[in-house]
Amino acid sequence: MEILVCVKRVPDPAENEIAVKADGSDIERDDLVYSVNEWDNYAVEEAIQIVERVGGSVTVVTVGTEDSEEVVRREMAMGANNGLMLVDPAFDGSDGRGLATILKAAARKGSYDLVLCGAQADDGAAQVGGMLAALLDWPYASVVNQIDTQDGQTIRVGREIEGGNQEISEITLPCVLSIQTGINEPRYVGIRGIRKVASVEIPVMNAAALGVDAATVGRAGARVQRLDYFVPPAGAGAEMLQGSANEIAGKLIDLLKAKGGLK
Amino acid sequence: MAPPLFAFVLHQDGKVDDSALELVAAARKIFPDASPIAIVTGAGASLEAACRAAATSYREVWKFADDALAYPNAETIRPLLLKVLPKGCVLLLPHTTFGMDLGPGLSIKMDAAFVPDVVAIDGLDGMTITAVRQEFNGQASSHWACDISQGAVLSLRPGCFAPDESRSASGQVVDRSAEASGLSARRRFVELVPAEVGDVDITKADVLVSVGRGFGDKENLAIAEDLARAMGAVVSCSRPVVDAKWLDKGRQVGTSGKTVKPKVYLALGISGSFQHLGGLKGNPFIVAVNKNPKAPIFQVANVGVVADVLELVPALTERISKAK
Repeated sequence: MEILVCVKRVPDPAENEIAVKADGSDIERDDLVYSVNEWDNYAVEEAIQIVERVGGSVTVVTVGTEDSEEVVRREMAMGANNGLMLVDPAFDGSDGRGLATILKAAARKGSYDLVLCGAQADDGAAQVGGMLAALLDWPYASVVNQIDTQDGQTIRVGREIEGGNQEISEITLPCVLSIQTGINEPRYVGIRGIRKVASVEIPVMNAAALGVDAATVGRAGARVQRLDYFVPPAGAGAEMLQGSANEIAGKLIDLLKAKGGLK
Repeated sequence: MAPPLFAFVLHQDGKVDDSALELVAAARKIFPDASPIAIVTGAGASLEAACRAAATSYREVWKFADDALAYPNAETIRPLLLKVLPKGCVLLLPHTTFGMDLGPGLSIKMDAAFVPDVVAIDGLDGMTITAVRQEFNGQASSHWACDISQGAVLSLRPGCFAPDESRSASGQVVDRSAEASGLSARRRFVELVPAEVGDVDITKADVLVSVGRGFGDKENLAIAEDLARAMGAVVSCSRPVVDAKWLDKGRQVGTSGKTVKPKVYLALGISGSFQHLGGLKGNPFIVAVNKNPKAPIFQVANVGVVADVLELVPALTERISKAK
C-alpha cells in the first residue's frame, strides 16, 4: 500500500504556555518548543504499521517553511520511507481550503492508495483531511481509531464517536482518513534513528513545481481569515491558592470537607 | 439580501440532539430575525418523532426518509445536501464527530467558505461573518472573518450557544424524501461497537480524583491512587492518559469517554480541553492543579493551584491520612 501522511510542525501544547502578543497579531513564538503535531505522529505510526503488514511505502508531506524539515526528518527516523516539503511564500495565510489544494497537488504527483492526516492540529480546526478528500473526490472518514486492511480494494475503519462508542465502516480505496490519538503506540525515535536519516535529501516543491495556481492558495485564495489572536475575557475563574505544598494541602482539606469530598 | 439559512439537526431514538436548539440560537447571532430551515434525515418512526420535535423550534423542517439514511453516514448525506441546498446558502452544523465528518468536504463541494468549531459569533457585516474560535487547546482565542458571498458552512461547538426556550415555533414538516432516493457512498456503515464497560463505573462516583498528562509517567499514577484511597474517591482520567495506555478507556471523562456528575472533581495535571469538560456535568466543585497557569481548566475550576501534581498530591494525601 502506498501511503501519504500529512504532518504539521506545531508548538507542542503540553510543553508551552501560549501568550498572545500585545497587538494581537500573533502568539509569542520566540520561546516555543515545536514538535510534530501529536495526531500526525499517530498517523505516521499507523502508516508504518500498515506497510510492515502488507508492504508498500510511507511518504510524509508537510506544507510549511524550511523549519518544518525537522519534523519530516523525525518522522522518517520513525520509519517513513520518503519525505516531501511543500514550501512557497505564496502558501502563507492559506485557509483550510488552500492547504488542502496544495496537498491535493502533492497527492496527485504520486500514486497513493491511502492518505492519512491527523484528526486536528494546533488550531483545532479538524478540516484539512475532509477537504483534501473532497478535492481528490475520494471517500473520507474522520477521527479514525482503527484500521484493518482487507483485500486491497477496501479497508475497514473504526471511528471514535461520542461516548466512546466506535462506528465501524467499510471504505473503498483510495481514501483519506483523519487519525485520532490512541489508535496505536507511536514508537520511540532515538538518536540512532535520527542519525540514520540526517543526510537524506528531502525534496522541496513550490507552487510552480506542484502546478498550483498561486491565486487559489495563501492569503489571495482564502475565504476565511484570522483577524487576530486574543485572550478571552476571564470568567470568574478559580480562586487560586498560594503557599507551600503543606499550606495549600491544609486549605484544600478544609474546602474538600466542606464540599463533601472527604469520606 | 440575507442568504437562506439551514441547520442540520441530529437525533437519536426520536429525540433531537441538544445542538438543534443551539443552532437556532447561533443563527440569530448572524441574523437577529433568522428563521433557519431544519434538515432532518433518517428512517422510520424515530425520524417522524424527531421531525415533530424539530418543528417545535424551527418554522420549517425538511424531512428526508430513506433506508440508506437510517444511520447518519456523512458520506451518504453529503450528496443529498448538495442536491437539495440552494447555492449560496449558509449551513450550520454541530461540531460533533458527525459535523467533523461532514463539514469540511461539504464546504469544498458547495464551493463555500468553512469555519469549524465556532464558539461565538460577533455578527454579520455586509457579507462577512465574524466568528470566534479557540486555538492551542483553549489557551488562545481568535476572531475569523468569513466571506459568505458564495455560501458558508459553520460548525458550532456544542454548549456554546444558549438556546432561547421562549421562542418556540410551530413549524411545518415538509416531506422531501423523494429527493433522497438512490443515494450511495463509497463508505458503508457496518456496525456500532458500544463503549467498553470498565472495572469501575466512574459515572456513579460522588468524588473523582481525575488524572491527566501532568503525571508524566504511568508509575506516577500510584500517587493519585493513594490520594483517592485516602479520600474514599474513585480515579478517573483525561484522554491522553488512555491514549498512553496508563488507564482503561472506561476511566476516561469527556465527550469521547464517559459523562460524569460527581459532587467534587479533582482535576490533577489536566489542561481542561473542551472535549474533556464536555463530559463533566452537574456543576461539581472543581479543584484544579496544573503547572501551566494558562491551562483552561482554571477558567472553570472553583479552586486552583499552580503546582506540579507530583509534589502537591503526596503532601495532600499525607495530611488527609494524618487527620484520620
